[in-house]
Amino acid sequence: MDSTAEKIIPMQGYNLHVIETDKYKTNTFVWKMKAPLTKEDVTKRALLPQVLQSSSAKYPTTTALRSYLDELYGATLFIDLAKKGEYQIISFTLEIANEKFLSDSTPLLKKGFELLSEVLTKPNVSGTAFDQDTVNKEKRSLKQRIQSVYDDKMRYSNVRLLQEMCKGEPYALQVNGEAEDVEAITPENLYDYYKKAFSEDEMDLYVIGDVKEEEVKSLANDLLNFEDRTPKKLESLAVQKKEKVNEIKEEQDVKQGKLNIGYRTNIIYGDSDYFALQLFNGIFGGFSHSKLFINVREKASLAYYVSSRLESHKGLMMVMSGIDLKNFDQAVGIIRDQLEAMKKGDFSDQELDQTKAVIRNQILETIDTSRGLTEILYHNVVAGKEIKLEQWITDMEKTTKEEIVAVAAKIELDTIYFLTGSEAVK
Amino acid sequence: MEKINFDQLQEELYHEKLPNGLNVYILPKKGFNKTFATFTTKYGSIDNNFVPFGKEEYVKVPDGIAHFLEHKLFEKEDGDVFQQFSKQGASANAFTSFTRTAYLFSSTSDVEKNLETLVDFVQEPYFSEKTVEKEKGIIGQEITMYDDNPDWRLYFGLIQNLYQNHPVKIDIAGTIESISHITKDLLYECYNTFYHPSNMLLFIVGPVDPNKFMDQVRENQAKKDYKKMPEIQRKFEDEPLQTAEQKQILEMNVQTSKCLIGMKALHVDQTGSELLKNELTMNVLLDLLFGKSSENYNQLYTEGLIDETFSYDYTQEQGFGFAMIGGDTEKPDKLTEQLKNMLFHAKNATSFTEEQLERAKKKKIGSFLRAVNSPEYIANQFTRYAFNDMNLFDVVPTLEKITLDDVKRLASEVISEERFSVCQVIPKK
Repeated sequence: MDSTAEKIIPMQGYNLHVIETDKYKTNTFVWKMKAPLTKEDVTKRALLPQVLQSSSAKYPTTTALRSYLDELYGATLFIDLAKKGEYQIISFTLEIANEKFLSDSTPLLKKGFELLSEVLTKPNVSGTAFDQDTVNKEKRSLKQRIQSVYDDKMRYSNVRLLQEMCKGEPYALQVNGEAEDVEAITPENLYDYYKKAFSEDEMDLYVIGDVKEEEVKSLANDLLNFEDRTPKKLESLAVQKKEKVNEIKEEQDVKQGKLNIGYRTNIIYGDSDYFALQLFNGIFGGFSHSKLFINVREKASLAYYVSSRLESHKGLMMVMSGIDLKNFDQAVGIIRDQLEAMKKGDFSDQELDQTKAVIRNQILETIDTSRGLTEILYHNVVAGKEIKLEQWITDMEKTTKEEIVAVAAKIELDTIYFLTGSEAVK
Repeated sequence: MEKINFDQLQEELYHEKLPNGLNVYILPKKGFNKTFATFTTKYGSIDNNFVPFGKEEYVKVPDGIAHFLEHKLFEKEDGDVFQQFSKQGASANAFTSFTRTAYLFSSTSDVEKNLETLVDFVQEPYFSEKTVEKEKGIIGQEITMYDDNPDWRLYFGLIQNLYQNHPVKIDIAGTIESISHITKDLLYECYNTFYHPSNMLLFIVGPVDPNKFMDQVRENQAKKDYKKMPEIQRKFEDEPLQTAEQKQILEMNVQTSKCLIGMKALHVDQTGSELLKNELTMNVLLDLLFGKSSENYNQLYTEGLIDETFSYDYTQEQGFGFAMIGGDTEKPDKLTEQLKNMLFHAKNATSFTEEQLERAKKKKIGSFLRAVNSPEYIANQFTRYAFNDMNLFDVVPTLEKITLDDVKRLASEVISEERFSVCQVIPKK
């Protein structure tokens, strides 16, 4: 895995991560900004990157900025928002062709770097406010994005599960913010927030491709400098234990019911039993050989999709499935039985070995893409750990059945959410 | 085995056509952990009227059967092939499109074993009445899932507006009613007709030794006995140039409306370099008209008619094709009108400049480089191109040759009232 050798270099106000590899025909920059998830800031943080990527001082309209990206052999620039534990993470990704595969030899790495720096540090402002028109159109777009969650029932039911399950915890907030908070954002207060975010957030830049560490470092030094800061770390919150399992049924005009079940794993990334948890999830519901897929789909024919996944920094496991409205009790019953089976250690060595092989494969495949590699490496930043990728694999592979059963014992069912059709309730 | 070099891209492709007709391609990718392989038949949802292998009369099969067959091929007498793949550390999958059914795996170890599993499971069907019935419940849930998905309904709604007779208008998974008519015998009839090696293509991409893998496939195929296959006879009803419907509105349980306009393609008899050039020219035209760097995009976004879900796409295969443009909107009728005006303006006006064209071409070339970072893209797209007698690696040279006249000619020809249609999803009252 020497191709993933990550060099971490402290820079002015952020950390630079360089990964030298010649397997891509493009070079990728990922700029990440991390801050605690709060009701007060969540919506501004969702809007800010949209405004920044829409124009800049030098390219004051979207047409001008996007024309320049096209000119740079269709460099892509996009933003992404994520919740990792109780943090809200903004990512800017810029991917640009490596000129050695072009007949034109314009040095694109430097131009890409300059453009990223322009977008982050020289926004389209007048005085101490962002451009009014830009903010207005991005506010409208953000409102629509928040609203559109309702229309995608799979996403909607996942959002609803988290709202119910994590009531009172920051994690219940949606990553795109709250519709009712969009209106109060102005070009002025958003600009203030921009200043605040760039002086307080924990910031990291990943550069991946056929690049030289020294060259990247020197460009970073010339183009991106910020004030020193001590990033805010969250105290781990004690979760209020629920007296009994929370069961929510919501009625809408849908043909297929969406069943989403949330569990507390009580284990997060960096804990000694984290890799055993990964294996637990793999045997239980992570793959097409898992208990959920075999029992809910293949044996009972109840669903087309049924799976479980982990939220590694918050300590959650979520099961999701689409089922016929009338099959709620049967599906919930089968899913409960599978968890019981896990707790009793009712899984074979073959299931364990299969899951180890598949997880190993999944990790190795993920790091074949520059974005996948960035996401894996960034876990360490979020958790403040230094776990090498090699260790992920070796620790996972030596995990025993007993350790997985011990993990299963920690897992607690918290909330069952069902989005159901009107006929079923009547 | 022949070796084809692509110097500018620094890639090498190996190819051999085996005695039973199977085309095998191998593209070594150094530095990658993963090997990705696809085994694809030129058989999709549109192939529903054909002469079965060994028979003389045309038959019409139930809607959704190609997709159903894809599901059922994973099941064997001794269990599920997914299990076999995961024991070997691979992740496997499959998909059915209008024109292809592809089976695939990716893995970072035991690649030889996984390749053997892939080829063998696709070439050794096991269908029984009991397992066919069981699958109807699972696929029924897949169909219901899509029924609740407004983007899918919008997309298929538009295709149904555009096409009067062509089976592209049939939903790939069929309906709960249509799949109820599927039997084990019908599955075998489809399988025997379309899964002959001469109708298939195997593509392997990853850190592999091409000689070794070609030997393995050659040996595997030599052990199997295939009769010579006559050319497959497929039948498609005549399709008029005109659309079936000008407009369709679907009321659904949504909060935001959606709008998609479409244009039915011309020249759908094209193949090879002609098709490649036409398809790329159409893509360039759409980029010029609606790309993020276009005036139109800026105008629509500023007026609040579109958001970041706005997109456009062009698809052309033998017998059908369409351009689609649209996304989420608060004002579906206003957006329809604006998009239509912009499109018809481009039919007559010739305001595109050389500079814009050059920029659009640069953008496409860069996005091609980005795409070939992806083993999945290479295998899937190479197969699609090959089934249409095109070569994926001709994309850049073909793009470079497109002129402003080509773009203008295409615009004036393809944009027409009789081939235009719109589909909208609006909130149910």
